[in-house]
Amino acid sequence: MELKIIYKTWWKVLGVVLVLYTLIAGFLLHVPRLPILHETIRNLYFHVPMWFAMLTVLVISVYFSIRFLNTGKEEYDIASVECINTGLVFYACGLVTGMVWAKYTWGEFWSGDPKQNSAAIAFLLYCAYLVLRNSIDEEQKRAKISAIYNIFAFPIMVVLLFILPRMTDSLHPGNGGNPAFGRYDLDSTMRMVFYPAVAGWIIMAIWIATIRYRIRLIEYKRNDINL
Amino acid sequence: MKKLLTLLCLTLSGFAGFAQGANGTEMADAMRGSGKIYVVIATIAIIFIFLAIYLFAIDRRLKKIEKEK
Repeated sequence: MELKIIYKTWWKVLGVVLVLYTLIAGFLLHVPRLPILHETIRNLYFHVPMWFAMLTVLVISVYFSIRFLNTGKEEYDIASVECINTGLVFYACGLVTGMVWAKYTWGEFWSGDPKQNSAAIAFLLYCAYLVLRNSIDEEQKRAKISAIYNIFAFPIMVVLLFILPRMTDSLHPGNGGNPAFGRYDLDSTMRMVFYPAVAGWIIMAIWIATIRYRIRLIEYKRNDINL
Repeated sequence: MKKLLTLLCLTLSGFAGFAQGANGTEMADAMRGSGKIYVVIATIAIIFIFLAIYLFAIDRRLKKIEKEK
């Protein structure tokens, strides 16, 4: 039973409490009154943490990919893929919530904004990972190729999401010459909700990934694969 | 010149729309004033609590299965 911490409960309760706090405080506490955004500025507490959670979980998946390539242990491959599976769910949440937010602030669900386009491309990148995995039957080969693909996909995703949009015209805060939210629009009251939200959702994402991992582990053991 | 004056008049008459609230930007003050914001909070809190309970239940079931092994 490596990684005993994934079987503990305390950090899961912490995550739930943090997110619950942000759900309540997020709507009750004061926010800056800004044009165009109006109350949607509160989306910051939900849309952005989705991305932080996705990033964390994808970083963890790269970590396990590297460990797998170093050791060849199946558990690491399973951890890696389940982290990606969870990460993709949060990715989709981030994309969709971003689209809804865009509809009411930028005017369209999809405006061909560089940030949106890059996010869609990087999403396809990880979907390709899943397709790749599916196409290989033999476990060791599948795990190795997936690990290598993952290690390349991650930096490409980072470039697509965080570097390219900053170099061109974009409506998204923090890109295209726009100030990031933190600089001008976020005030201390918002930070009091935003940081716990990020922490809480990161914990939730890790929790879901660990559940998927444990389920997959049991399935593997049931099929008598030697682990 | 006429076009410019017309444009100016029309622009300034935009103020008559009272598009911005007292503080300059409309917010959900009506929801807050009537206390309805608590309904919103209650809704999302309930949804999330149900999800959290569901996750804890899955976690517990997993622990049981893992113990049996």
